[in-house]
Amino acid sequence: MSGLIKSSIARKVAMALSGLFLVFFLLQHFTINFTSIFSADTFNDLSHFMGTNPVVQFVLQPVLIFGVIFHFVMGFVLELKNKNARAVKYAKYNGGANASWMSRNMIYSGLVILAFLGLHFYDFWVPEIVYKYVEFAPEDPTRYYGELLHKFESPIRTGLYVISFVFLALHLWHGFASSFQSVGFNNKYSVAATKFAKAFAIVIPVGFIIVALVLHFTH
Amino acid sequence: MNLTLKIWRQKDAKSQGKIVEYPISGIEGDMSFLEMLDVLNEELINKGDEPVVFDHDCREGICGACSLQINGEPHGPDRLVTTCQLHMRMFNDGDTIFIEPFRAKAFPVVKDLMVDRSAFDRIQHAGGYVSVNTSGNTIDANAIPINKEDADDAFNAATCIGCGACVAACKNASAMLFTSAKVSQYALLPQGKVEATERVLAMVNQMDEEGFGNCTNTGACEIECPKGISLENIARMNREYLKASLKG
Repeated sequence: MSGLIKSSIARKVAMALSGLFLVFFLLQHFTINFTSIFSADTFNDLSHFMGTNPVVQFVLQPVLIFGVIFHFVMGFVLELKNKNARAVKYAKYNGGANASWMSRNMIYSGLVILAFLGLHFYDFWVPEIVYKYVEFAPEDPTRYYGELLHKFESPIRTGLYVISFVFLALHLWHGFASSFQSVGFNNKYSVAATKFAKAFAIVIPVGFIIVALVLHFTH
Repeated sequence: MNLTLKIWRQKDAKSQGKIVEYPISGIEGDMSFLEMLDVLNEELINKGDEPVVFDHDCREGICGACSLQINGEPHGPDRLVTTCQLHMRMFNDGDTIFIEPFRAKAFPVVKDLMVDRSAFDRIQHAGGYVSVNTSGNTIDANAIPINKEDADDAFNAATCIGCGACVAACKNASAMLFTSAKVSQYALLPQGKVEATERVLAMVNQMDEEGFGNCTNTGACEIECPKGISLENIARMNREYLKASLKG
């Protein structure tokens, strides 16, 4: 067990497991957001539940924040270690001949997502924490939909969200399917699992884009 | 065929190297890449210059000695071949060809295009073997029934010639494909089960100590491997490693 923490395989598995956890979170987040297109009431109900349920607030939310921080800190650590493993670069390196752009540039798609998370926290998470735990404002179960619409009024913000979701798709395209391999899952079901992961990588970000564009253009 | 070669020249392990340009003519498509370099070296020797140092041995794709990063790919643009099997017909008249050593911190350059790949030897020494007791009652290996699929997978893993193309191709200079092939060829066979736990821990530990990078599943190693070693081996090694870590 002692060597496990610093081994390259353990880091790889930790990266995959934290990524898989974030994938589940994305699915849940998307499901709630998607309801906003069809029903303001459903969106308000679900958001109110997520925003007030003590298990979600005080157990799942800290776990999620830890998962996000762990994933990007570990990503940086691995990137630095990997850069260090080849001190002298090739004069000519034809990376596109044997690996996809997405797989070779996870750090860059990840950085865009990290920047997006900064904006997203500034837009929603920080005001929410201030509203509930700093100002101790009275809980209003119908406020969420209006706050959501307000954020998507700006074409610049909507555009930034759309661009970020494109990078999320690029990141997931490699990351989700790759996590199966990292945890040792490579067998006769791998082709189907990879297809599912690739479909997820497109469907969820495109879904988020649709939500952003619908809210922007219909209100 | 007339070509322009851009070759990495480095006097020794401590010197600073650089790319040097060499025009070469009269190259036939049927020549191997190493024969083309032989022609260049003859020209250099006749002019009184230092020939380009590069690794080679069997020249039939089975020894793993030849290397070379050719136009940004280990063993060049062809698939499932080593540099000695790469034909010049893969190139066109007038082409510029970059020829560099396999690059990794764990593969230091010895001279020009020759690198020290003894890190691979040390990984194998760490656990790439099985103990066979020769007490007089050793069971004949052929008498042990082995599932055909396992036998085939073990054989395929064992075809790794340890050339280092996987490391050279990987953007992280990871040696996971090599190490996983060496772990897999034993892990799949009954003879390898006895030391399975110690083997994978020791070999992965040695791999990490040598300074190779981490695998990020780009799959470049599998594409560039002259023996077609599969990424399945890496997944198997990950499983073996996790199992062994939890046991040990």
